[in-house]
Amino acid sequence: MTDNSDSTDSAELEQGDSSSGIVLGATAGGGGAGSAEMVNIPNPIEGIFDNVDPTPGSKKPDEILVAKNVVRRFGGLTAVDVAEVRIQRGAITALIGPNGAGKTTFFNLLTGFDAPDEGHVELNGTSIDGVASHKLAARGMVRTFQLTKALSKLTVLDNMKLGAKDQPGEKFLTALFTPAWRGRENKVEAQARALLDRFNMTHMADEFAGTLSGGQRKLVEMARALMTEPELVMLDEPMAGVNPALTQSLLGHVKQLRAEGRTVIFVEHDMDVVRDISDWVVVMAEGKIIAEGTPDAIAANQAVVDAYLGSHHDTDLTFEEEE
Amino acid sequence: MNWDIILTQFFSQSIGVNAMVFAMAAIGLNIHFGYTGLLNFGHVGFMAAGAYGVGMTVFWLDQSFWLGLVVGVLFCVALALLLGVPTLRLRSDYLGITTIAASEALRIFVRWRGNRERTGASEGINDFADDFFALNIFDKPGNQSYRFFFFEYRAQDLWMMVVGWSLVLLFVLLNWQLVRSPWGRVLKSIREDEDAARALGKNAYSYKMQALVLGGVIGGVAGMMQVIAKQSVQPDTFNPVITFLIWTVLIIGGVGKVWSPVAGSIIYWALISGLITFMRELIGTDLSDTLETWLNLSILNVDQLRFVIFGFTLMMLMWFRPQGIFGSREEMALDDR
Ligand SMILES: Nc1ncnc2c1ncn2[C@@H]1O[C@H](COP(=O)(O)OP(=O)(O)OP(=O)(O)O)[C@@H](O)[C@H]1O
Ligand SMILES: [Mg+2]
Repeated sequence: MTDNSDSTDSAELEQGDSSSGIVLGATAGGGGAGSAEMVNIPNPIEGIFDNVDPTPGSKKPDEILVAKNVVRRFGGLTAVDVAEVRIQRGAITALIGPNGAGKTTFFNLLTGFDAPDEGHVELNGTSIDGVASHKLAARGMVRTFQLTKALSKLTVLDNMKLGAKDQPGEKFLTALFTPAWRGRENKVEAQARALLDRFNMTHMADEFAGTLSGGQRKLVEMARALMTEPELVMLDEPMAGVNPALTQSLLGHVKQLRAEGRTVIFVEHDMDVVRDISDWVVVMAEGKIIAEGTPDAIAANQAVVDAYLGSHHDTDLTFEEEE
Repeated sequence: MNWDIILTQFFSQSIGVNAMVFAMAAIGLNIHFGYTGLLNFGHVGFMAAGAYGVGMTVFWLDQSFWLGLVVGVLFCVALALLLGVPTLRLRSDYLGITTIAASEALRIFVRWRGNRERTGASEGINDFADDFFALNIFDKPGNQSYRFFFFEYRAQDLWMMVVGWSLVLLFVLLNWQLVRSPWGRVLKSIREDEDAARALGKNAYSYKMQALVLGGVIGGVAGMMQVIAKQSVQPDTFNPVITFLIWTVLIIGGVGKVWSPVAGSIIYWALISGLITFMRELIGTDLSDTLETWLNLSILNVDQLRFVIFGFTLMMLMWFRPQGIFGSREEMALDDR
């Protein structure tokens, strides 16, 4: 899917004759406008980016996450070298960039799954440098993985319940006395079933997660992440491998998160999706943030187009430059 | 051919002291591997730690047997921490390599001559559990052996079995309660995918450590039962083959199910004892010349046959029922998706 959507973007870009920006946005209307349910989802932060400077590392009115000088090297390769990036609270921020740009690595650094060689990250104004990944969930940050991690031999319902916070029965001694955790467990189960219902997965609740299809796993992983009642949700390619109809409903769920006041950062290759749901776009290429801006501005940004085309279509790029 | 002896061996050994010890050890291994996904290839090391804990307390420190039981448990906790601290943050195979090496190192260390005053070296420690057998309710003058149907036991073994199987039941119940609790759910999630568990806020390292300690202590208690029954701690009874027999027992029963260690152990010991006795009897008949000529089988090497039979049975099991007695094929199939 990754390759597929990438080549779609590129194909659209190639067709461009005058300004690539127009072409980037050309199909957005067709793919983007969703079902009626989605149209009604309010956007509480509408217009908040109006006065934000569209340059890499620009200040936002209310920042939830700030990363500075984050560098990660693998041997000779510098996978991530982000000078500065600031994420607006309550908004949907898209992180885009060609394959191998360092998006997943950057996610790993932000979520404590990998340690940067240099740099600082702040969540809600406090440093989370060196904070273990499992502690970040308690601080309101949760992530999903590009390669979906369904817990195969747990039922879908158990997958969901695992996400719950404050379950005293997760302590060894408390676990021995059912009455000490039964009450919380019942609440957790109700919450899990409500979320499954929202994701239209109720019929799969008692199946092993390992029996789900790839797209269903994406849904369960996202729903499971929401069980932690996160403030900040980080989704690594949530729509990859998901069919168009399901993509629409996933987009609806993401907008719903924003309507609930949560912050979303997601990695995505499909520009239609990006234009449809994101309030702000951050572009990575070769480990660096090369551009930031509203989806429309990014679509018209020559540096972005170069980054995408440059990595795959050197000849086309020369052709455009000659024009 | 004396069928009475064969059946007596078959039935008696099915729930005998050995079956009890292996069932208990396998419960510990099941918590490690079946529920948490920890590769422990040195389970016999925990058995040794428990056994020497009680033995050394009596023999070396000259303290009471009962205190020895506590020391045995502490030895197991210490061994689990020693193994877990450096390896549990790494990939699962590191623990596997470390455990197998540590259990062998432990065996070689305790049998080292320089440790004679502490561990008894290669002679081991004998007659340290009199306090335990002083409580034997079956030990009545003139009645040293009990028989019911095809089950036949000495008073000493019967007392051991009553205590041991009670402990097994206790551990099974503990296991059952834990794996139905949210704590057990976290263990299973770590077995399935540690990173997913961490992303959801679970401290995978801490849970793996708890599981390693718990399973290790249960393995250690099994080791204590084994040496108490024989009133003898010998370094060479804790050789790596034991670890693999425990794995066999667990696989027969079905990995990751509460009752499988018990079922696996009963089946293993019933079959192996029944078959070996059967072969012995067979050698006693007029077939003995044929067996000697064709299979080179005599009363001298018939015991070796247990591994041949067992390897074959295990192969058949893997072929026809890879999930074990209690395992579910559906669950197993999920591994391939
Ligand atoms: N553990 C690792 N060891 C060595 N190199 C790595 C490692 N992880 C990532 N890289 C390299 O870092 C670069 C960035 O990889 P990353 O997975 O972050 O890209 P990405 O932007 O997520 O790409 P995609 O869109 O394909 O998912 C790649 O060149 C990759 O080969
Ligand atoms: Mg990626």
